[in-house]
Amino acid sequence: MFNKDRWKEILEVLTSNWFRTVLTAFGVFWGILILIILLAAGKGLENGIKSDFGDIATNTMFMWTRNTTKPYKGLPKGRHFNFKVDDVQSIKDNIPNLRFVSPRNRLSGFSGGNNVVRGINVGAYNVYGDYPEIIKQEPMAITSGRFINYSDINEKKKIAIIGEGVKTGLYTKEEKVLGTYIKIRGISFLVVGTYKKISNDGDGEEAQKEIYVPFTAFSQAFNRGDNVGWMAITANDGSSISNLKERIVTLVKENRKVHPDDKRAVGNFDLYEQYNRVESLFGAMRFIAYFVGVLVLLSGIIGVSNIMLIVVKERTKEIGIRRALGEDPWSIKLQILMESIFLTIISGMAGITFGALFIYGINKMLDINGPVDMFINPSVSIGVVVAALMILIVSGLLAGFIPAQSAIKTKPIYALRAE
Amino acid sequence: MIEIKDLHKSYKMGSNSLHVLKGINFSVKEGELVAIMGSSGSGKSTLLNILGMLDELDEGSYTLDGVPIKNLNETKAAQYRNKFLGFVFQSFNLINYKSAMENVALPLYYQKVGRKERQEKALKYLEQVGLKEWATHLPNELSGGQKQRVAIARAMAAEPKVLLADEPTGALDSKTSYEVMDLIQKINDQGNTILLVTHEPDIADMCKRIVHLKDGVIIEDKKVEQVRASQYV
Repeated sequence: MFNKDRWKEILEVLTSNWFRTVLTAFGVFWGILILIILLAAGKGLENGIKSDFGDIATNTMFMWTRNTTKPYKGLPKGRHFNFKVDDVQSIKDNIPNLRFVSPRNRLSGFSGGNNVVRGINVGAYNVYGDYPEIIKQEPMAITSGRFINYSDINEKKKIAIIGEGVKTGLYTKEEKVLGTYIKIRGISFLVVGTYKKISNDGDGEEAQKEIYVPFTAFSQAFNRGDNVGWMAITANDGSSISNLKERIVTLVKENRKVHPDDKRAVGNFDLYEQYNRVESLFGAMRFIAYFVGVLVLLSGIIGVSNIMLIVVKERTKEIGIRRALGEDPWSIKLQILMESIFLTIISGMAGITFGALFIYGINKMLDINGPVDMFINPSVSIGVVVAALMILIVSGLLAGFIPAQSAIKTKPIYALRAE
Repeated sequence: MIEIKDLHKSYKMGSNSLHVLKGINFSVKEGELVAIMGSSGSGKSTLLNILGMLDELDEGSYTLDGVPIKNLNETKAAQYRNKFLGFVFQSFNLINYKSAMENVALPLYYQKVGRKERQEKALKYLEQVGLKEWATHLPNELSGGQKQRVAIARAMAAEPKVLLADEPTGALDSKTSYEVMDLIQKINDQGNTILLVTHEPDIADMCKRIVHLKDGVIIEDKKVEQVRASQYV
């Protein structure tokens, strides 16, 4: 295998007809290049879509109320109802494996006119009443000050954390933000922090124009009593929220005296399910990339096999001479196999290298021209490269096998007569 | 050195069977220089191929240097050819993309002789055939006679028991033929056993013994007074 003479001979044979060798190599080169580019493009799309999920805890569901559609326990249908604060504790007590159960309330910035006032500046912003955990479910970076904590909740402190978008709307550049007051629906809140949301989707700008205040202070200030607008519920990493969803919904229906078969009364959105759907889509895309790539590669390999057959045919006489001089048939077989594997690997490596350069170029262009929607950092992992190499070695073996067999099939006496 | 008893060989040509060798009894002692003569189709090449283990016999026995040659698989046959036999062909059969020295070194390579030793030996044999300064030349840069001399050097490189030459002068003009025969005679003088197939009487006369084949049987086997080729060179 690591024999100088053998390698010398392999090179001699492959370089004896440069044009043919390069053409043959191109088939394999092209196949592996297509495979790499397809996989990288798939990965780029995947990265793009996944970044839309941002850092949101994907094992999360959202749950809200709608009007009932069935009468139950003497209550009429079409009844409007709300989750209550008790429901949060009840869910925490009865359903295992939940990490966060966050009740939420909201003052909408879209529906009314301007709801936030600071001096002469006004604006319409979404205002949320939240628990401290929400920052882990809907990640945001605190750019100054702090986020809500439990003493704020317990003491119903009227404090607010405002988005960078709110800051630019209500403050001038030089103004100090922390420690100032803003009026939300006429009630003063002390600004204690600013945040920036980490998300790349289309609502990015809107997401920076929100105001977070403690849930308890919100309820008190805006007369929500013990009502809960909706909930964000995250399960522990080991268990999926999709499996727990049914039990949670059944529990709150029972608490709120809603008919168990009332399908419409409790609405929910399961992020995990959506995420899984996207995941399986990418699984299918990867499969297609491999399928197409390997098929293109296969036609390259058939090319190599074909050329090796011709090379063997051309060298029939030479092989006959060598066998007459006493070369072991296995040694000849090995020689042909190695030529085939060497050719495949060299051209395959060229394909991988070129593919990597191509991907590098695309990434450079993306960097220069700014981000493209739904396409971020196309790349292939080292695992894919190793897999491609394995495919190449196996292909080289396959391509060389039939020619090697045919090389020693002819008896030396007939091989010597060949011209 | 060579012992052949009651050798039969036939080829199947479709439904017909062509009986080529019909009971050959023949032996060669060490140091002999034997010419096998016969017209086309007499079976002389078939005999040489069987002796060279390139073809198998149907019936009879073949013993080479005390080793019975039968039921060889390809690997074994290759080993025996490498160890016992040297071949010289009518069309030289040098490998085109290898230099003269590499061609001569080939049998040694198959014996797994180290690179350096291989080169030394190859040069030594090239020197013996008078082509040392042509060592790095490719076969297509050599004349016919030179090619055949390289082929002879290659056949001798593995120090075989027997040298088999199939019409070694068939592709050469008379002058070059005599030069090649001179070389063969000199190798024989050193004690090597040589069998050569030819249909040229003047070449046969330069051997020490002539075996005449006709229609698959030996019709004549005689010792002759050797004509030295050197007087024509």
